[in-house]
Amino acid sequence: MPAEVSNPHLGWNIARDVSELTEYHFMVNALVAGSIVAVMAGLVGWMMVLRREAFAGHTLSMMAFPGASGAALAGIPAAWGYFAMCAGGALAIARLSGGKRGAWSEQSAGIAAVQATALAAGFLFVSLYGGVLGDLESLLFGNILGVSDGAVLLLAVVAMVAVAVLAALGRRLLFASVDPDAAAARGLRVGLLSGAFLLMLGVAVAATSQITGVLLVFALLVGPPATAQVITARPSLSLALTVVLGLLVVWIGLGIAYFSVYPAGFFIATVSAVIYALARTLVWLLGRQRLPGPERRPDAAQPSGVVA
Amino acid sequence: MLAHEYIRNALLAGTFVALACGVIGWFVVLRGQVFAGDALSHVAFPGALAAAAAGIDQRVGLFTATVALAAGIGVMGRGALAARAGRAAAIDQADDTAIGIVFMFILGLGVFFLTRFSLSSGGASGIQAAHTLFGSIFGLAAGEARLAAAIGLAVVLLTLGMGRPLLFSSVAPDVASARGVPTRLLGIAFLALLGVIAAEATQAVGALLLLGLLAVPAAAAHRVARNPFAGIALAGLIAVAAMWGGLALAYAVPSLPPSSAIVALSVVIFYASTILA
Repeated sequence: MPAEVSNPHLGWNIARDVSELTEYHFMVNALVAGSIVAVMAGLVGWMMVLRREAFAGHTLSMMAFPGASGAALAGIPAAWGYFAMCAGGALAIARLSGGKRGAWSEQSAGIAAVQATALAAGFLFVSLYGGVLGDLESLLFGNILGVSDGAVLLLAVVAMVAVAVLAALGRRLLFASVDPDAAAARGLRVGLLSGAFLLMLGVAVAATSQITGVLLVFALLVGPPATAQVITARPSLSLALTVVLGLLVVWIGLGIAYFSVYPAGFFIATVSAVIYALARTLVWLLGRQRLPGPERRPDAAQPSGVVA
Repeated sequence: MLAHEYIRNALLAGTFVALACGVIGWFVVLRGQVFAGDALSHVAFPGALAAAAAGIDQRVGLFTATVALAAGIGVMGRGALAARAGRAAAIDQADDTAIGIVFMFILGLGVFFLTRFSLSSGGASGIQAAHTLFGSIFGLAAGEARLAAAIGLAVVLLTLGMGRPLLFSSVAPDVASARGVPTRLLGIAFLALLGVIAAEATQAVGALLLLGLLAVPAAAAHRVARNPFAGIALAGLIAVAAMWGGLALAYAVPSLPPSSAIVALSVVIFYASTILA
């Protein structure tokens, strides 16, 4: 990709390759931004995987389309339109799916309606706008060359707010996710909590897409948390593992992308999927008794003192 | 309006694709597999791109990608794991992690093929990508329209053919498998059928807008009708109505893309049904 900057080529001297990576300012920015996003996406994604809201996360990433095209139509920066549509989409999903985890099929049908509406609106905006959306490609596939100092700062602030909110709500959110009925009986406002989480998910998705592109946000949002939850059932350990895996995925992905003509998102997605497949194979080979995958987590997490 | 050949082609293909989406969509919503359907519609995009990069017919790529993902979900999902452990093969919410991972990986491949394709062919890739993502129902040739109609009709008949056991195994998987219904096989066959219609509908309404025909009319039908047969008929009816209305609207207002008009109508019907129910 960065062919016009220099003529990067991968040698056998790993130390030299790594130092070449950090030689350029844009690459340092991309690595810093990627690391920030990996931490935030990992933590929010961990909760998303636990709550089985991957479909909601995917739908929120699709909000980029009406967001960017609507912003182009209104003449405001694309990122603003994206964040605004993400927040609006999160509220619509929270409203339509009723906040409860009642009927799963009803809930996902509501999310589907939100996504269909958003995409139809986006396509309408594009044809009303008439012109060519120059940002569309970098929006879809990410653009690691274009991460400015200001964008890094903005990502850092957004990530800190999101992680702080997650830390503040964490225990209650975990309780409400694992056992919504008991949580409601204890006086927790489950609907409000899940609405707040969806908003946070919207912010995390919008931030992640800056690095991976809209299509591949799951590489950081689902891959590392799902891998961690396959490996261990203990919440604290798997959270820590999620962050470590997320950072590894981003660093390896960006590192390879620097030496290649293909977009970073492809490498990040591939590394993420490979790590997940490896973890599942290992767990299967070790012949553990429990089912691999997150479905057993809640029972295992429950006794370790999850109290409101 | 009917004097134009492209409108007649669009109506022929659109009617049967919409009918198939509505009918199979009713089961998709019942089984809680909307996310799977959505993922299937999105992987059509890498499939078509890979075929373009390899220089073979786009439809080969479309169908291969969607049917492969359908099989992957069927084999890797929680339902399959449970079946291996000797329990009933129920489709579960937990499938969505497996779907998310496979889906993300295939989309990553799509990005790879798009780059590869654009490196070798210059500017044509963008047009190809837009064509696949958004569909071009007004651009169908007569032969393509007949093929789409035939596939749509076949999917409707196959779905209705396995309707009874499918309904049984969706509503009460344990009881069904105790009665000797092959629930796991049915689940995989159903997903493969879903993959076929997702690939076909991708050409009609576009990969990004498939949900508007698959999930939304069915969700509306589920809210209004409790009886399964009435529900299936209603879902098909709503989808076909949205298709006809959308085509007429797009014909009357040239700046309105047909895909947007079709999905907008089906979403309006859905919101009306939530108010009604």
